[in-house]
Amino acid sequence: MTDAAWGTLSNQAVTAAGVVYFLALIAYVVEWSSLRQVDRARQLVGAGAPVDDAPEPVETERHEDRVAMFSRLALLLTGIAAAAHLVALVARGMSADPDRVPWGNMYEFTLSGTFVVALFFLVLRKRYSLDWLAPLVVAFVLTLLMVAVIWLYDPTGPLPEALNSPWLVIHVVSAVLATGAFTLGGMTSVAYLLKSRRGSAPATGVWARVPSLERLDLISYRIHAFAFPVWTFAVLITGPIWAHEAWSAYWSWDPKEVWAFITWVVYAAYLHARTTAGWRGRNAAILALVGTATLWFNFIGINYFSSTSQHSYAGAMAPVVQVDGR
Amino acid sequence: MTTTETRPTAPAPERRSGELDLRELARWAWRQLTSMRIALILLLMLALAAIPGSLIPQERVDALEAGQWKDRHETLTPVYEKLGLFNVYGAPWFAAIYILLVVSLVGCIVPRAFVYWRGLRAQPPAAPRNLTRLPVHASYVTTQEPDVVLERARAVLGRKRYRLRRDAETGTVSAEKGYLRELGNLVFHLAILVVLVGFAYGSLYGFKGGVILVQGKPFANNLTQYDDFVPGSLFDPDQMDPFTFTVKDFDVEWLRDGPRAGMARGFNADLDYSLRGGEEKSYDLRVNHPLKIGSTELFLIGHGYAPKVTVRDGEGNVVRSAPVVFLPMSQDLFSFGVIKAPDAEPGQIGLEGYFYPTFANVDGDPVNLGGDDLNPVLSLNVYTGDLGLDDGTPQSLYTLDKSKATALPGQNPGMPLRIDLAPGDTVTLPDGLGSVTFDEVVPWQRIQISETPGKRIALAGVVLALLGLMGSLFIRSRRVWFRVTPAEHGTLVEAAALDRSGGADTDDVLSRLLTELQEEPR
Repeated sequence: MTDAAWGTLSNQAVTAAGVVYFLALIAYVVEWSSLRQVDRARQLVGAGAPVDDAPEPVETERHEDRVAMFSRLALLLTGIAAAAHLVALVARGMSADPDRVPWGNMYEFTLSGTFVVALFFLVLRKRYSLDWLAPLVVAFVLTLLMVAVIWLYDPTGPLPEALNSPWLVIHVVSAVLATGAFTLGGMTSVAYLLKSRRGSAPATGVWARVPSLERLDLISYRIHAFAFPVWTFAVLITGPIWAHEAWSAYWSWDPKEVWAFITWVVYAAYLHARTTAGWRGRNAAILALVGTATLWFNFIGINYFSSTSQHSYAGAMAPVVQVDGR
Repeated sequence: MTTTETRPTAPAPERRSGELDLRELARWAWRQLTSMRIALILLLMLALAAIPGSLIPQERVDALEAGQWKDRHETLTPVYEKLGLFNVYGAPWFAAIYILLVVSLVGCIVPRAFVYWRGLRAQPPAAPRNLTRLPVHASYVTTQEPDVVLERARAVLGRKRYRLRRDAETGTVSAEKGYLRELGNLVFHLAILVVLVGFAYGSLYGFKGGVILVQGKPFANNLTQYDDFVPGSLFDPDQMDPFTFTVKDFDVEWLRDGPRAGMARGFNADLDYSLRGGEEKSYDLRVNHPLKIGSTELFLIGHGYAPKVTVRDGEGNVVRSAPVVFLPMSQDLFSFGVIKAPDAEPGQIGLEGYFYPTFANVDGDPVNLGGDDLNPVLSLNVYTGDLGLDDGTPQSLYTLDKSKATALPGQNPGMPLRIDLAPGDTVTLPDGLGSVTFDEVVPWQRIQISETPGKRIALAGVVLALLGLMGSLFIRSRRVWFRVTPAEHGTLVEAAALDRSGGADTDDVLSRLLTELQEEPR
C-alpha cells in the first residue's frame, strides 16, 4: 500500500469510528431511556396501584430485556468503534514516510488521546463495573474526534527535526496514557458531584446504576493514583530529559511546560485533599475536575493563547529561530 | 451589679480572650503553615501564580517576543513591569509562594520522619477490646482449638509479611504491614527538596548563551563571542571551558514533495572542535544530539542564510563585504535582513529587504517556493542619510534606524526603489551612491551553548520522588487483629482489619485472610 492509500484509510477509519461511536451513543441513550420506563412500571407496582392498571409483568420483563439488549449492543458498537479508531491510528503512522508513531502533531495527539480514553474504559469496565459511565465516555471521545477532524486536521507529514527522537515514544506515550486515565477520573468525579447533589441514594432509574458515593470516590482515587505517577514520569522526567537534548534547557518555562506543571500541582492538591479534613469528597472531586480542565487546556487550548511555545507542532509552525535583537 | 466588686481582685492580666503574645502567635502561625489545609491552599496558589507566565511573554523565555509585546501595550507595560509579570518565575511574589510551600513541607515532613523512625521499631498495637466495633470485621465459629487457630493465623499473616506483636494479649494476634508506605511518602517529599536544590544550583552557577555562526567562522568560548548570554547570578566567566570550534560543513535534507515540501527534514553541522588547544576532534552536530565539551554542551537549534553582499560607495571603495545573517520569517526560510554601510561616501547606505531561497515570479508577485537555495534572490530597498550609527548607541543588527534616513525613490512615483539581485549580480545605485553586488549565499547555524550544573541532582531527585510517590500510592498500610474465645460449640474467631491508606477494599483483604485461615492445612 502506498503512503497516500494509508492516509486515505486512516481518514476513512476516523470517519467510521466517529459514526460507530455515534451509533453507540444512541444505543446507550436508548438503554437509559428504557431504564426510566422500567422504573415507572416498577414504581407503579410497588406503590400498590390498582392491579388492573399496572403493566403486565410480561411487559416489564420485555423492558428489561430491551435494556439488556441495548446495553450489549452499545458495548459492542463501542468496541467496534475503538477498533476502527485503532486502525485509524496505525494507518496514520504507516502513511508517513518513513513510518512513524502516530502522534506527531495536534491532530494525531488528539486521535491517540481519545483512543486511550476509550481503551481504558473498555479495559476497566469489568473491574470497576463502569458500564454506567459509557455514555459519558463515548460522548467525550466523539466530541473530541470531531474537534480533531474539524479544527486540528493536518495532512500526514514527516516529523519536524526536534521530534525525531526515541523520547517521542517514551514521553508522549506516558503523557497520553496519563491524559486518558485523568480524563476517565474526571468523569467519575463528575458523576460523584452530580450524585452527591441528588442527596439520598435513589433506588431507581439511571442514578441507581451509578455506584455509591464512597465507591465513586474510591474509583476516582484509584484511577488518579495510577495516572499521577505516569504524569510525573511524562512531564517531570522524560520531558525535561528530552527538552535538554533538543532545546538545551531541561526546564525553560515554556507555556506547555508551565501548564503541565500546573496540572501536576492541581493533581497533587487533589491527592492531598483526599486525606485532609474538610476537603475530602466534594472538594477533592472539584479539584480533580480542575485538574482535567487544566490538562485539556494544556493539550489543546494553550496553543491558541501563546505563540511562543516550542511545543506548537500543529500545522502552522512558529518561526524557526529566535534571536535576541542586539 | 455589685457582684463584680466582690470578686477577688487578683492582678488581672491585661489580656482579652484570644489575644496572643508574640511567642504564641509564632507558634500559631507555624502550626497553621505546616497544616495540610494551608499546604493545599499554597499548592493551589502556586498553580494559579504560574498561569500569567504562560500567557504574557517572558523576558527570560523569549526576549524578542516580550519586547514586541511591550511595544504594543504602552499602558499595561509599566504596570506589568512593576508586578514582575515579564519575569513571573523570578518574581518575589512567586518565590514567596514556593518558599512558604517548602517551609510548610519541611515543617510537616521532618516531624513525621521522627514519628516514622520511632514507629519503625514499635510493635503493632494491641487488639482493641471490641473488634466488632471496627468498620471492617468478621467472625466465625470453628471446632479447632483456640491455640491452633492463633498459631495458624500467625503463620498466614507471617507468610503475607505482616509484622506480629510479640507480647500480644493471650488469645489475640496483632499484625501490621505496609511500613514502607509512609517511607515512600517521606522520600517523595524530601526528594522534592533535592530537585529544588539541583534546579537552584543549575540556575545560579550555569549559563545559557546562543550564537549565530556563519559557516566557516571560528568560535572561541568567551563572553565576547556570544550574541546573547544569560548567566546565573553566581556564574563565574573565568570558569568557562576554553574550547574553540568551527562549522566545516552544513547539510540540509529538504523535503521535495508532500504537504511540507520546501521545508527541512533534517540538518546537521560537521564541526571541528578542540578543548584547551588540545587535539582537534570532529563531531556531527544535529538536533537532539548535543555535543559535550568539558562541562559545556552545544546544541544545534536553527539555521538560515547569510547572503554575502559587497557594497561599494560612490568613490569606488569597498565599504561592506561580508556574509550578513538574514533571519527566517517562516519555515521555508523566507528571510529578512539589514545591511548597513555607514562609512560610505558621499552618503551612508542602508539596505533592508527579503531573501528568497527559491524565488519564483507568480503572476507578477514574488514568491518563495522552498527553503533550499535553488534560485536565491535578494530583494532590497535602499536607504540613505543618517543611519544613527555615528553617536555610538548600540543598535540591533537586524533593524535599520530610519528616523533620519530616507528611502531612494523607485521608478513608479510614490514607491521606494527595490533592487532584485541573484548571485553574481551587481546593481548600480542612483545619485552616484555606489553599487551593490550579491556575491554568494552562505548558510549560518544557530548554536545554543550552555552549562547546566546540578542537572543530575535534579534528575536523581525526580526519579527518587517518583519511586517514593509510587510507594506512597501503591503500598497498602493496614492492621489486622484476631481474637479467639472458647464458645459453646467450639472456638469463636473474631477478626478485624483497618486500612490506613484510604483507597483499598479492606473487606476483600479480610475475607481473603479468613478464607486462607479456614483452609485445611496442607
